[in-house]
Amino acid sequence: MGSELPCAACRLLHRKCSPDCILAPYFPADQPNKFVIVHKVFGASNVAKMLQILADATREDAVKSLVYEANARLRDPVYGCTNTISYLQGCIQQLQSQLKSTQDQVIDSQEQNNLLLQVYKEMSHTHSSSMNSSFISTTVYQTASMENCQIYNI
Amino acid sequence: MASSNSATSVASNSGSPCAACKFLRRKCLPGCIFAPYFPPEEPQKFANVHKIFGASNVTKLLNELLPHQREDAVNSLAYEAEARVKDPVYGCVGAISVLQRQVQRLQKELDQANAELLRYACGEISPTMTGLPVVGPVNLGSYGGGVGRASSIVGHLYQTQAQAQAQGQVQGASIAMPMAFNGSGAWRGGGSNSSANSNASGDQKEGGDSSM
Repeated sequence: MGSELPCAACRLLHRKCSPDCILAPYFPADQPNKFVIVHKVFGASNVAKMLQILADATREDAVKSLVYEANARLRDPVYGCTNTISYLQGCIQQLQSQLKSTQDQVIDSQEQNNLLLQVYKEMSHTHSSSMNSSFISTTVYQTASMENCQIYNI
Repeated sequence: MASSNSATSVASNSGSPCAACKFLRRKCLPGCIFAPYFPPEEPQKFANVHKIFGASNVTKLLNELLPHQREDAVNSLAYEAEARVKDPVYGCVGAISVLQRQVQRLQKELDQANAELLRYACGEISPTMTGLPVVGPVNLGSYGGGVGRASSIVGHLYQTQAQAQAQGQVQGASIAMPMAFNGSGAWRGGGSNSSANSNASGDQKEGGDSSM
């Protein structure tokens, strides 16, 4: 043990770093600032107690989240990371409102488009009908003219 | 020093010890820093804060703040402590992850909806797709009859889409400039958004614009 470096936690606490030190795996000697931050906000004993109740597999994530929270608290002593939560909740509200508005506009556009399709269909049908009646009237006129010519021997 | 049953129950103003002093089994003196923020009827609040942060750390933190900041600080500490008690691995960082994913999902949905709206505005989705003859506003005049109705519908459609497009641009711009919470319940524009991208490994993040 004498030849091994104490972990960052034991070094800061000026104590002997035992082989089964619960903090050693997560606060290596080459990252002293990490433990300084966590110790300042939570306290070494609280961190150790929190890690003790956790399974080994989850301890690394727990330490990461504690470091994140401690960092946030030091940067913002009043709100810590709750400011981030408030901000994200506000973003969500804004996005939901905009999404609803945009979706309503899409529906409106779809309805107008469908209405326009109907109009075009009606106009297309009307156009075809009017062309047929013109042809018929022209044919009747030509036929009548021919008949008139025959009567008058033209 | 005189000690009596009544002395142990002396508190700052209310006559009963605050939740902190009750938890710590000590005399609640008139100048108790915890008393304004840990009323006796909310014992769990201090219990959580004490478990996660410790009384001495909370005292140091509150002493570094101005009096008008302390209530918000205590409430945020209580929130974090409760989240950590409920989720010992991730605490309120878990809630942040969930919210970030929700923001990403909503942003994606909004982008898709805006894209669809833009397709209508650009005429990608139009009657011409059905193979029917194209009747533009200019040609409508030769048909008489229901022309007025058709041209007014076309005009309204283009107007609505233009309005939607303009609104979409404004809304898109507001998402690109996130707001910051200034701590008093009001939102203002122009705040930083680095917190949404921070990780849990100790990287720095912007926590908002509240200052000591």
